[in-house]
Amino acid sequence: MSTGQPIGEVFIPSKLVLPLQQHIGEASECLLKTGDKVLKGQVIARANGYVSVPLHAPTSGTVTAIDKQAVPHPSGLDALCVTIEPDQQDTWIDIETPSDYKDMDPSALRNRIRDAGIVGLGGAGFPSFIKLNPGARTAIDELIINAAECEPYITCDDMLMRERAAQVLQGIQVMQHALQAKRCIIGIEDNKPEALKALSDSLQQAGIDSIELQAIPTIYPAGGEKQLIRVLTGKDTPSQGLPLDIGVVCQNVGTACAVYEAISHGRPLLSRIVTLTGDGIRQPANHEVLIGTPIDEFIQHAGGYQDSVKQLIMGGPMMGFNLGTDQLPIIKTTNCLLALPQAADSGSKNAMPCIRCGACMEVCPASLLPQQLYWHAFARDFDKVQDYKLFDCIECGCCSYVCPSQIPLVQYYRFAKTEIWAQERDKIKSDHARGRHEFRLERLEKEKQERAERMRKKKAALQTSKGKKPAADDKKDAIQAALARVKAKQQGKPAQGQNTDNLTAEQLQKIQEIDARRAKQKSGETDTGKKPDTNHTVE
Amino acid sequence: MRFNKTTSPYLHNENNVSAVMKRVLLALIPGTLVYCYFFGWFILVNITIACITAVASEALMLALRKRPIKPYLSDYSAVLTACLLALALPTLAPWWLIVIATLFAIIIAKHLYGGLGYNPFNPAMVGYVVVMISFPQHMTQWLTAQHGLDLWQTLQLQLFGITPASVQLDAITSATPIDSLKTGLSLQKPISEYIQSPLFSFSQGTGWEWIACGFTLGGLWLLYKRVISWQIPAGMLLSISAMAIIFSLINPDQYAGPIFQLFNGGTLLAAFFIATDPVSASTTPKGRFIYAIGIGVLTYIIRTWGGYPDGIAFAVLLMNMAVPTIDYYTQPKVFGARKP
Repeated sequence: MSTGQPIGEVFIPSKLVLPLQQHIGEASECLLKTGDKVLKGQVIARANGYVSVPLHAPTSGTVTAIDKQAVPHPSGLDALCVTIEPDQQDTWIDIETPSDYKDMDPSALRNRIRDAGIVGLGGAGFPSFIKLNPGARTAIDELIINAAECEPYITCDDMLMRERAAQVLQGIQVMQHALQAKRCIIGIEDNKPEALKALSDSLQQAGIDSIELQAIPTIYPAGGEKQLIRVLTGKDTPSQGLPLDIGVVCQNVGTACAVYEAISHGRPLLSRIVTLTGDGIRQPANHEVLIGTPIDEFIQHAGGYQDSVKQLIMGGPMMGFNLGTDQLPIIKTTNCLLALPQAADSGSKNAMPCIRCGACMEVCPASLLPQQLYWHAFARDFDKVQDYKLFDCIECGCCSYVCPSQIPLVQYYRFAKTEIWAQERDKIKSDHARGRHEFRLERLEKEKQERAERMRKKKAALQTSKGKKPAADDKKDAIQAALARVKAKQQGKPAQGQNTDNLTAEQLQKIQEIDARRAKQKSGETDTGKKPDTNHTVE
Repeated sequence: MRFNKTTSPYLHNENNVSAVMKRVLLALIPGTLVYCYFFGWFILVNITIACITAVASEALMLALRKRPIKPYLSDYSAVLTACLLALALPTLAPWWLIVIATLFAIIIAKHLYGGLGYNPFNPAMVGYVVVMISFPQHMTQWLTAQHGLDLWQTLQLQLFGITPASVQLDAITSATPIDSLKTGLSLQKPISEYIQSPLFSFSQGTGWEWIACGFTLGGLWLLYKRVISWQIPAGMLLSISAMAIIFSLINPDQYAGPIFQLFNGGTLLAAFFIATDPVSASTTPKGRFIYAIGIGVLTYIIRTWGGYPDGIAFAVLLMNMAVPTIDYYTQPKVFGARKP
């Protein structure tokens, strides 16, 4: 419903709220203080640790606050944010003119991608440069570009491909270069014929033959990373493993476009495309929005709500989470804002008991037994839940969708997962405390022993010092050691030719050849039965 | 603006428990109509008695357990249990027998174990076994086909035990094919003699084969609609046929062949409607197959060598007990578990 209009233009809102954590990993570290002036593209927070990326000012203006504010997160907790009041001038900071990516080596590319603050724009927000760093030992067979966009309602990737196919393809080429991947496949659901056509047209125009384009059947959740990899390559990512383990890296199309901007124009990630849709919205469409734009201001700007709106979801209807308020900023991972007129009853009001019909099992993309997981999660039997492989659940929501008893299954799995995590944390904490306690006891014991030992030695020293002179002994020892060293030198050192310091490669080779011949002769003398193999010893 | 907070997913398909149960009930219609065609009003009267008892006892139990009555009554699960029970019980079973079986099924086998979704045993089969053990002589009162009694006479006979003046009770009762086969075998008559008698043929028999066909039709529709999974009917029918083939090859005079075993004694009703009760059946794909094979084998054993006329109810209950173990050991391999 949101693909009828072109992507809406960027607008500059009255304020921008930038949470320091918009990605998986460590929050960035703020470099500014209240009252500082910033320019568009200026770094306002730097990466803190490896799994982290910097954050940039989406437009020019003044920092008005650095404080804890509500952020779009399922927990509903507040987090540290930088608030910028735009000056509406949109003045860029000086940006480096970038060189051709083909001349850059992969690590330089990765650093640039990191410095541009790029994270997975598909929704998870994992720092992209890490995925582009497979390590020296892993050769990457395939780079998979996730253009499936399988959740209903979301169309931001679809529109991006339709309108900016060439940029997307260039971004993909950069990533392929950074990974040195042998193959590159774009997986796109066959319900997006326009995007598919745009991509294949621009592939042809640019004459790129290193990228394959594959339409895949529209079956949710085809855009799940592991599911997509199976569909496109037939490879199964190991349970609890990463695609990297099977030589595959998966990146989103939106990320590819951001990479293009960063590498070809030196522009950091300042905005993204957001789908605004649902029956609670007056004008469903896609918009390019500055990171940090308040949702309420954005929706007003984009046409506003219908009067019937009852709930607002960030992300898709299957895996998104709903927001208690719209006074929250749009962040790097906000792919969709879905406003619905009726509050879906995913609470337990309508739920009937499980009748073990197995409908959930049939649709589970991870081949789990959701009915058994539910049963044990409900009974808080967390060991059994893990026996039934709870942590292979990707929370796609298929089971809840088909459940005839309308049980909010995923909610139970989330609950079980958080409980287990909490238990593990507690265990680590108590293990830690126990370890510390044991260490302390050990240390006290050791100190006691050391003290006793010192006392003993002191006593012994006092007793012996009256008799001998230990100094004479020491001297004798030293002399003997020196003599031994000299002897060893004379015997053990191999005879070495003089003037062997500054030799050319040719000379060295000659010497080696002569040495080899000598050795051969020696061995020929000792073992006369066999003829030495000349080929091997000489060459 | 402030909004409600719930958790994802925010979409749901149209499916619900009562739709599932309604489909199963619909699928019972062809078999029941054929039953009516051969045996008249009796089965409908029995179904009605069972349903009224079931709904009343369900409502009572829900009230006692302080559960919402309307949503649970409208899930049709009690009605389905009642229908299956009525179809399994003998046609001439007295009304109190049906009531006792139904009460036991709903109150003890279902609600005392926690109600819908929590019963480890198939409620209809528990009810059946209770009356089978308690009132064995009443459990052999089957009707002959084409008895010619109208609705009024049927009601009088079923509710008040008044036999119409024009007929003798003995004249309208007969044994089921399985029973008479057993009796015959105990009299040392070879089986071929019975198989050729009119009681056992499609064309001139008493109609049991045609009723079984009716249930099969409904069952196939359920398979098509994906209400039931293929593993259970396939496993049960395959294992019964396999047992029948093996033993009838060994001694054709002593053991009936697969056609007889499949089309008699409620085998097909059980394969499509009773063993497939999801709550008490195994829930993994492999487990369902094993569970169904177990039911088939046990049914054959009890039928052939046991003291009871038919073994399905016992076989189902015995396999119900094995379900948790079967489920645990037949978990499918999760995504990514197989070696790349």
